[in-house]
Amino acid sequence: MRLEKRQHSSALAMVLAPIGAVAFTLLVSTLLVLWAGAPVGQTYALLAQGAYGSVFALSETLTRAIPLMLTGLAATVAFKAKLFNIGAEGQLYVGAMAAVAVGGMHGGAGWDLPPALLFVLMLLAAALAGALLLLGPALMKARLGVDEVVTTLLLNFIVLLLVSLMLDGPMKDPTAMGWPQSVALRGELELSKLIPQTRLHTGLLGAVALAVALWALMKYTVLGFDIRALGANPRAAAFSGVPVTRTVVMVALLSGGLAGLAGAIEVAGRTSYLTLDMSPGYGYSGIVIAMLAALHPLAVVVASVFVAGMLVGADSMSRAVGVPTFIADVIVAASLISVLVATLLTQYRVRWR
Amino acid sequence: MSDFLDILTNPSFWVAVLRIATPLIVGTLGVLLCERAGVLNLGIEGIMVAGAFTGWLAVYAGAPLWGGVLVAALTGAVLGLLHAFLTVVLALSQHVSGLGITLLATALSYYGYRVSFPKVSTPPTITPFQEMGWLGLPILSQQTPLTLLALVAVPVVAYMLYRTPVGLAVRMVGENPQAAEGQGVSVVAVRTGAIVLGSALMGVAGSFLTLSAFNAFFFNMVNGRGWICVALVVFASWRPGKALLGALLFAFFDALQLRLQQSGAAVLPYQMYLMLPYVLSILALVLVARRASYPQALMKPYRKGER
Repeated sequence: MRLEKRQHSSALAMVLAPIGAVAFTLLVSTLLVLWAGAPVGQTYALLAQGAYGSVFALSETLTRAIPLMLTGLAATVAFKAKLFNIGAEGQLYVGAMAAVAVGGMHGGAGWDLPPALLFVLMLLAAALAGALLLLGPALMKARLGVDEVVTTLLLNFIVLLLVSLMLDGPMKDPTAMGWPQSVALRGELELSKLIPQTRLHTGLLGAVALAVALWALMKYTVLGFDIRALGANPRAAAFSGVPVTRTVVMVALLSGGLAGLAGAIEVAGRTSYLTLDMSPGYGYSGIVIAMLAALHPLAVVVASVFVAGMLVGADSMSRAVGVPTFIADVIVAASLISVLVATLLTQYRVRWR
Repeated sequence: MSDFLDILTNPSFWVAVLRIATPLIVGTLGVLLCERAGVLNLGIEGIMVAGAFTGWLAVYAGAPLWGGVLVAALTGAVLGLLHAFLTVVLALSQHVSGLGITLLATALSYYGYRVSFPKVSTPPTITPFQEMGWLGLPILSQQTPLTLLALVAVPVVAYMLYRTPVGLAVRMVGENPQAAEGQGVSVVAVRTGAIVLGSALMGVAGSFLTLSAFNAFFFNMVNGRGWICVALVVFASWRPGKALLGALLFAFFDALQLRLQQSGAAVLPYQMYLMLPYVLSILALVLVARRASYPQALMKPYRKGER
């Protein structure tokens, strides 16, 4: 078999592709539920209920979606320019570290500045830390041709060890009874709750605003044009006068900065201190979300609510019917693969011979 | 300083180096095969988890140890086939497909483990491979047969790549698929074969963890070893011999930091020593970048008749 580019988009393919993608994902997950010996209908009902079925469920899902949105945006802008940043996990953690350094050091009191100013400084420090962490690999790629996939991956491990080092030493909370957590942020720096009695915080508004901002930047600015040109064809972009190195640097700053902000907002909105298990792989999930969203900033918002819903829903479903929570990751992975294939089939037709 | 010498002159240190290196050697050869054919395989991290799980599960269910290794290889091959379908037949992004396979394989393995053993507090164990005392060689006789397999695999893969028509075809489709197609080589078939074989090796690399290094399956037991293999291939300039060297070097620093921690001779916090292999990997990548001989078609999807 081989693929042939479609001359005209086919209405049939446009309708069938998403249906096929959903059907494939449901097939895989249904087989797994049957394997676990649980009632299929009830399992799905509980999954959906636990994800979106009540104000509390929805608030938990949206809380989980906030860091995913930001890492998803980080991956979107980088992948759009074909800068394969696999290091959002590390960038998230350095962002969190920077936030704690600015807003929580000196015995948990932060620096002696007006809270509003300190809050801005905290976010700036986090974005800068994440941006600088990606700038190294980006420059090494642009200048020396060092593969950024490998360097950003390796930096994740280095950063996690650095976090562990900080939690043993300079950032250790002396009152935590040996529990590995950092000193807490100053109370005034914590984000307020969007809905009382839930964990949902105003970080959601920030994340959605950043998604809109990134969409506008990609669509309406020269930088956005340069990023898209660079991603579409680096040689043609350079030839037509796109400043390649400068664009790569800007992409690195944007992508790393967004991931760094994810760390700061997690600390300020949810945990209030830094721990080693603060992120269950949000950085890696961000790449999956960016791809599910076909690298569209606004679709990232939707995709992250979907992925967060699966994770949160699986937690409560698992407690009720005993299907392991890992089914959420299987659903996300299966939908990623099926969405990729479905998207391709709307652009190409299969020729059997 | 004398602590340092004590560590280096102790044979048990070198035994540990070779043990730590084993999964890295096999995994790196797997990545190398895929990349020589022009396809990045970031699925390795998940394929190693899946190999570790299925190999162990087979032995737990009563299969012989080598049967477990075979099951792990088959698991890897099946996941490799999926990666080949996505990246070679459909020519989708190799990064994304690989990460998707890592997510899928890891989640399926953990799911399978939880479904098979819903309520265990201590992980069930098997009897792993034993040391090869009969070999009568220093250091090597304190390893298991899988380490011997890893060491033998290096010249075998090298011979295959450089001295056989199949190896030539693999290198051709990784350098210039258009030219290979012109010579009558099927790019799709050769790339698929290389990915399946390479992924089978990744599965075996994972099974070393559960069938030799440990005797049970744990969550997070692969812990980034797959990503290290991806780095080691670049470090090795895509050559099997250098891949062996790189894996041994990485294992050397890993074993060293462990010993320094235990000996109490550590002056710096232990995390610094743990960072060392990763920092050195990045430095090595920068140093080799200038003369790195990337397979020219690496990460470039190939669609017949399309440029």
